[in-house]
Amino acid sequence: MKPSLKFPIYLDYSATTPVDPRVAQKMIPYLTEHYGNPASRSHVFGWKAEEAVEEAREHVAALVRCDAKDLVWTSGATESINLALKGAAEFYKTKGKHLVTVRTEHKATLDTMRELERRGFEVSYLEVGADGLLDLNQLEASLRKDTILVSVMFVNNEIGVIQDIPAIGELCRSKGILFHVDAAQATGKCDVDLQALKVDLMSLTAHKTYGPKGIGALYVRRKPRVRLETQMHGGGHERGFRSGTLASHQIIGMGEAYRLAKLEMAAERERVRALRDQLLAGLNQMEEVFVNGDLERRVPHNLNLSFNFVEGESLIMAVKDIAVSSGSACTSASLEPSYVLRALGRSDELAHSSIRFTLGRFTTQEEVDYTVDHLRTKVAKLRDLSPLWEMHKEGIDLSTVQWAAH
Amino acid sequence: MAYSEKVIDHYENPRNVGSFDKGDDSVGTGMVGAPACGDVMKLQIKVGKDGIIEDARFKTYGCGSAIASSSLVTEWVKGKKLDEAASIRNTQIAAELSLPPVKIHCSILAEDAIKAAVEDYKKKHGKDQAAKEKAA
Repeated sequence: MKPSLKFPIYLDYSATTPVDPRVAQKMIPYLTEHYGNPASRSHVFGWKAEEAVEEAREHVAALVRCDAKDLVWTSGATESINLALKGAAEFYKTKGKHLVTVRTEHKATLDTMRELERRGFEVSYLEVGADGLLDLNQLEASLRKDTILVSVMFVNNEIGVIQDIPAIGELCRSKGILFHVDAAQATGKCDVDLQALKVDLMSLTAHKTYGPKGIGALYVRRKPRVRLETQMHGGGHERGFRSGTLASHQIIGMGEAYRLAKLEMAAERERVRALRDQLLAGLNQMEEVFVNGDLERRVPHNLNLSFNFVEGESLIMAVKDIAVSSGSACTSASLEPSYVLRALGRSDELAHSSIRFTLGRFTTQEEVDYTVDHLRTKVAKLRDLSPLWEMHKEGIDLSTVQWAAH
Repeated sequence: MAYSEKVIDHYENPRNVGSFDKGDDSVGTGMVGAPACGDVMKLQIKVGKDGIIEDARFKTYGCGSAIASSSLVTEWVKGKKLDEAASIRNTQIAAELSLPPVKIHCSILAEDAIKAAVEDYKKKHGKDQAAKEKAA
């Protein structure tokens, strides 16, 4: 164990990232000195706060290449998604009642869609291929005369695959259908160009891009104009889209985080890709290790692997020197394996055996080396304990076994 | 999820891991659970001529609580008669390991594994008995 390593090693950057110390420094004065309400027009405290909020808006807009006026501050991606989907569905409900999304979306989208179904909308949940990607022909076939909105995430949170947002945008625009993109996992990892993309609504968050939790934004296109039914009523902040006093220190944090992301993204991506490749090469030396989701059309920060014949929760318990998450949701009291991996058509064993490693700005080569050794030891130990591994080694095809249900 | 100390102890130092020869007459094998549910337990008992369980082995695919439950019962069944072993209840296992409600199914699986192993042993010997009677 190298003395330079600090344990546990954090490899869960897709759950949340640490706030970059430069971001934290920038935020602090807006808590203690420049604490004015950005909506106060009558004194310098308010002016100062408003100026900083608008500067932050420019930084966010610059990263995703949109007009700063198209951004609405929210509390994070979940709120942005709720505002986009409910707001658009309710506003355009006289035009149609059909919405389209994908089975592998984040719960923030899926659960909002369920709520809209309860309100009388019809939702199509599209399948993905074994690579995790949406087939455009299938999407086109799902569109109806009364389809008002399509919602697809940019980068999947569990497997990191990048959907073909440019092509989906072209298709939706040609049919006059609104297109919402959940970009929570995309900012700072892949290029997002709202000038080129035919995207009408985009949900953003700060805390996956080295900013603070509790702040996000919704991009609402003005040309051509997208209308939304307001979900949060009050003082009419943010052009009436979202009332509530602006959390100026959070906003300044998001702005600084996005400013740094724009500056450092290209170099960071290549550095992380090298680390990810090193991690994969090391773990691939074991037998029966599978990558979940396409490896090419994927952000380099994500590596989701199934260690066949080892159950995910016990593996996470074993690898206590590293902080990762299990694709299987056993730990959250549901005994179902990951619905994302199920949607890829992964067998139950493989879906129950997955680990998501997500790397980021502060991941080092030493940490990756340690992780490889640690995983190899623990997987070997658990396989010695596994009756499935024993059967596999005896040449038994597990898919032919009749299991007693319980 | 916070695990009890006993679960962690059994998980980190599992007792009686391994396999006996399934074909051995003195061995009873129970395999319960399914990969789809996220746990599979294999429990084997080795029974002496006096009908007492001399030794036990297990292998488990599952969460820490499932591994701990099966490790624990391999200790408990040793030295017991078949019927005594088969009467071990999941509630005793859950209480010993302080399993939270969401992990009770692990203790049920361990109880089922003992029953299945005892059943398998009895079946083998019931057949022997029947064969002997036929021969006679």
